[in-house]
Amino acid sequence: MDYQAGAPVDPRVLEAMQPYFLKAFGNPSSVHAIGQESREALEDARGRVAALIGAKSGEVIFTSGGTESNNIALKGVAFRNVDRGNHIITSTIEHISIMNICKYLQREGFTVSYIPVDRYGVVDVDRIGSAITDKTILISVMYANGEIGTIEPIKAIGEVAENKDIYFHVDAVAAAGKVDVNVERDKIDLLSMSSNDFYGPKGVGALYRREGTRLIPTIHGGGQERGFRSGSENIPGIVGMGKAAEIAEGEMEAEGKRLTELRDRFIEGAVSTVPHTYLNGHPTQRLPNNVNVRFSYVEGESLLLSLDMEGVAASSGSACTSKTLEPSHVLRSIGLAHEEAHGSLLFSLGKQNDEGDIEYVLQILPGIVKRLRMISPLTPKELVV
Amino acid sequence: MYTEKVMEYFRNPRNMGEITDADGVGTVGNPICGDMMTVYIKVKDNRLENVTFKTFGCGAAIATSSMITELAKGKTIEEALEITKSEVVEGLGGLPPVKIHCSVLAVDGLSEAIYDYYKRRNMPIPEELVKRHERTRREFENIEKRYAEFTKLEKELLQG
Repeated sequence: MDYQAGAPVDPRVLEAMQPYFLKAFGNPSSVHAIGQESREALEDARGRVAALIGAKSGEVIFTSGGTESNNIALKGVAFRNVDRGNHIITSTIEHISIMNICKYLQREGFTVSYIPVDRYGVVDVDRIGSAITDKTILISVMYANGEIGTIEPIKAIGEVAENKDIYFHVDAVAAAGKVDVNVERDKIDLLSMSSNDFYGPKGVGALYRREGTRLIPTIHGGGQERGFRSGSENIPGIVGMGKAAEIAEGEMEAEGKRLTELRDRFIEGAVSTVPHTYLNGHPTQRLPNNVNVRFSYVEGESLLLSLDMEGVAASSGSACTSKTLEPSHVLRSIGLAHEEAHGSLLFSLGKQNDEGDIEYVLQILPGIVKRLRMISPLTPKELVV
Repeated sequence: MYTEKVMEYFRNPRNMGEITDADGVGTVGNPICGDMMTVYIKVKDNRLENVTFKTFGCGAAIATSSMITELAKGKTIEEALEITKSEVVEGLGGLPPVKIHCSVLAVDGLSEAIYDYYKRRNMPIPEELVKRHERTRREFENIEKRYAEFTKLEKELLQG
């Protein structure tokens, strides 16, 4: 139940990719037949990825993943549009890549406004509006937060950006392929996505760039991907992402419905059977596969270890599982104290999870939490008798 | 990530629980940082007759606190104060570098319990132990102070 950290490739995706390793290994830039075969596969995949997000084929740039897409979008817009202004607006719960790109841009002389979110993790659209100055060149807000699952009011933000003629970037890594994303409906100018998040191979992603958006590349070279991302194309990976996008487009609705039911059963079960358990994130404006709950008086890593001992893989917002020993900025942003953030668990569900898995976790969870609460000096006495 | 020994102490922690009529109690760490330990001691004829713990924290925090109680149990107070973090780490077959601070916490927890014992009995406290106690207190206060500053800064940033 840790699909967010890494998902298996769909077998149909693997099958689609296979010919491009041994047989169809051509370079799409070559004139000969074997090269042209790769060119066709590349453009076919581009069309499928574009279709997933309601874009035109020529508006998709293939990259190495979500982080690179975010880098091209933010740095690309910032450095290309300094003649217009130097102000960027984002939220306090963005992915670490957006956070660190913004910090970098601040060191390079840009100013960044971080708009807060409410206790459900929903970004305040009015405050985005009032943060806009005549120097604002870009607004970047994620489609959905992968950690707490909250889906942001993207269309409303898109309208604000369009009215003020400001570029709007959306990090849709956690949302694309899981919920219906549409760049036209939501007035999006740039959108980042990652293949593995919808069962495509790792190491591939895409950036949607609305025709006419002023951008400079971060990787210079032979001018592939219309000059926005040079380097010989990763054809097997791109073909895989294309296939994954095609499958996601066809199956998203049914799979979303199935996962939503599992998710709600999980949340309801955890909150009702384990005392002092709370949901992090929005109860309904939420990714279908995201369960994030916190248990008072215990710490996340010891919960993860205990679950792992019973064969369950999950993730945590606790400091003790991170490199920096700081708790998640997302959990802090929704107003959780450090000690509350430490006791949070993230279960990201996927294709291979079923009702049986949910019931199994719900069966072992109360005992695990109870044992750790017995060990914890913070637990009130009446909870452990 | 963890050695089999750490996992064993996490799964079956030795000496876990509270001593209700303890002769000394030491609490170190801070829930803000994600780990907090309480060590309880029972002393008879200058010997640690019983040592137990309660811990809020990661696997390493639970394992190190269990290990320190095991190392200290049966020792004289002077011997117990000689236990080092390296002994705790070695006893567990090693710890990941980012978790070494858990072993420091365990050693501090035991010293604080002994300090508390001396104080309750109005006994003269060895100079070295007073120093350790003051350092532990200072660290605790620094965390509280940094946390207060951090939250203040965060608020200011958000209200921008």
